[in-house]
Amino acid sequence: MSATTVERAAMLTGRGLVKRYGHVTAINGADFDLYPGEVLAIVGDNGAGKSSLIKALTGALQPDAGTIELDGRPVHFHSPLDARRSGIETVYQTLAVAPALDITTNLFLGREIRRDGLLGKLRILDRKAMRTEARNQLDALGIATIQDITQPVESLSGGQRQAVAVARAAMFGSKVVIMDEPTAALGVRETAHVLELIKRISNRGLPVVLISHDMPAVFEVSDRIHVHRLGRRTGVVDPKKVSMSDVVSFITGAEEIPDEAIAW
Amino acid sequence: MSMSTTKSGTTATVDTGRRSDSVRALFARNPVLGPTAALLVAIVFFSFATSTFANVDNFSFIVQQSIVVGTLALGQTLVILTSGIDLANASIAVFGTLLMTRLATGHLPGPVAMIVAIVACAAVATLSGLLVSRIKLPPFIVTLGMLAVMTAVTNLYSKGTTWPVPDGLLTWLGTSLYLFGRVQFTMGMVLAAVLFAVTWFVLAKTGWGRHVYAVGNEPEAARLTGIHIDRTLVSVYLVAGVIYGFAAWMALGRTPTADPNAYQTGNLDSITAVVIGGTSLFGGRGGVLGTIVGALIVAVLRSGLTQMGIDSNYQNLATGVLVIGAVAFDQATRRRSA
Repeated sequence: MSATTVERAAMLTGRGLVKRYGHVTAINGADFDLYPGEVLAIVGDNGAGKSSLIKALTGALQPDAGTIELDGRPVHFHSPLDARRSGIETVYQTLAVAPALDITTNLFLGREIRRDGLLGKLRILDRKAMRTEARNQLDALGIATIQDITQPVESLSGGQRQAVAVARAAMFGSKVVIMDEPTAALGVRETAHVLELIKRISNRGLPVVLISHDMPAVFEVSDRIHVHRLGRRTGVVDPKKVSMSDVVSFITGAEEIPDEAIAW
Repeated sequence: MSMSTTKSGTTATVDTGRRSDSVRALFARNPVLGPTAALLVAIVFFSFATSTFANVDNFSFIVQQSIVVGTLALGQTLVILTSGIDLANASIAVFGTLLMTRLATGHLPGPVAMIVAIVACAAVATLSGLLVSRIKLPPFIVTLGMLAVMTAVTNLYSKGTTWPVPDGLLTWLGTSLYLFGRVQFTMGMVLAAVLFAVTWFVLAKTGWGRHVYAVGNEPEAARLTGIHIDRTLVSVYLVAGVIYGFAAWMALGRTPTADPNAYQTGNLDSITAVVIGGTSLFGGRGGVLGTIVGALIVAVLRSGLTQMGIDSNYQNLATGVLVIGAVAFDQATRRRSA
């Protein structure tokens, strides 16, 4: 498992991660590697422990054993906020947006820009700076369908809401962006938009972790596919060397991953 | 509009569909618009229906009458924005009037008595906030209990009687100034206006204000973005408590006697003003501008209907219909945009 054929500095690694809840082992000695600028898909059956692995990597749960390194340095996250401060942004399935509030407010929620000087000490917001920054970010990501950034998020379509959540992650994530089932609730065209966003983010050099059941989406955007089964990584495959049905067999354990498909 | 209308309908039906949608969106994005229109309609109606309504003195009187409940409603607005409710606000303020008066009747100078009472009001409301945020009790239950507790404490402390206010400062808010030698303003009106302005500014222009809305609208999203929900909630109840303390001071300016039985329906009246003003009971939507309008609508209705010689029972009936109508309107405007 530890044989690394290509010498690359990983952005985020996990080694021998374990998490038990009583008799249930959610993570059973799992490894994880994410390299700069790549899109890594994590696939696995329901209950395989994908979510637990992600939670361990983002501080939402504390592993019982194992080590995590971010950018070459060992880290211990005590909360998702910890991980966020270190540059790991997560786009949750629930999107974590406040529907009644406008797009700009949502993008900067909890991280508002204050005015300079005395006004800033009085905690007065620099709304103009936030609006400009929000506009720039949406433009940079090519989210052209959102015209008015002062409109409430609830007036947006599902795909646009997803785009807002993704834009927020891209704006503040300096090391890693993690997305949990970003296309689960979307139609065909909106899925295509979100996948396009994922590619743009990784092209900027920011690696993306994509947790998804959507095989066509996984094959379209990912550079490598991390197969998770029974609480651990059974292998990482190159999507160019396997088919979708192969990956489904790896997920269920019907087939072993052949050596030539492995992409460490 | 539904797909079937668009598919089968003529151009005309599609157009009306779009128009009603955009009107709905306009009201959904500007929740003060509906209540303001209603207020203007009421003012115009009563101006024509009675000969006494449309004059400066009457308008001044209407505002004077609404400042105590209006200020209670200001604190209530903050609590409701967090998807809470405060049934104890008026009982806290009434306790404040007694505390101010009795402390000043004793040995304390007026300003000290006033400050002590405002701090006490803030402390009681903060206790509600702590019970809501730390022990996760529903705000309705916490403040219902607090209402009973404060009513009892006030009755015990007052020994069941009213207390005349000894100090000039405590009734100072009742003093009037005349603009253009004609328009009467009380200091209480000025203070209420200042409190509304400051609260509006803080809600609209500071991070704390954004967090209050976020916590009320989607607590899980607020938590995931790193907002301290507990702290935000406690601070909201604390600020509301300070506002209730000021309402107590205003009440003594209106009537220079601390009465343990005053403002018994102040809690529900304040909720009425907030709801008619377009703030959603589900939290996260609305604001203090709507509450001003809501408080004025109630006062205008009362004044106008009284001057038309209509029984006060019908006034209550009208207010009740208005509350239900306002909530129905709130839900109708949200259903499409959500």
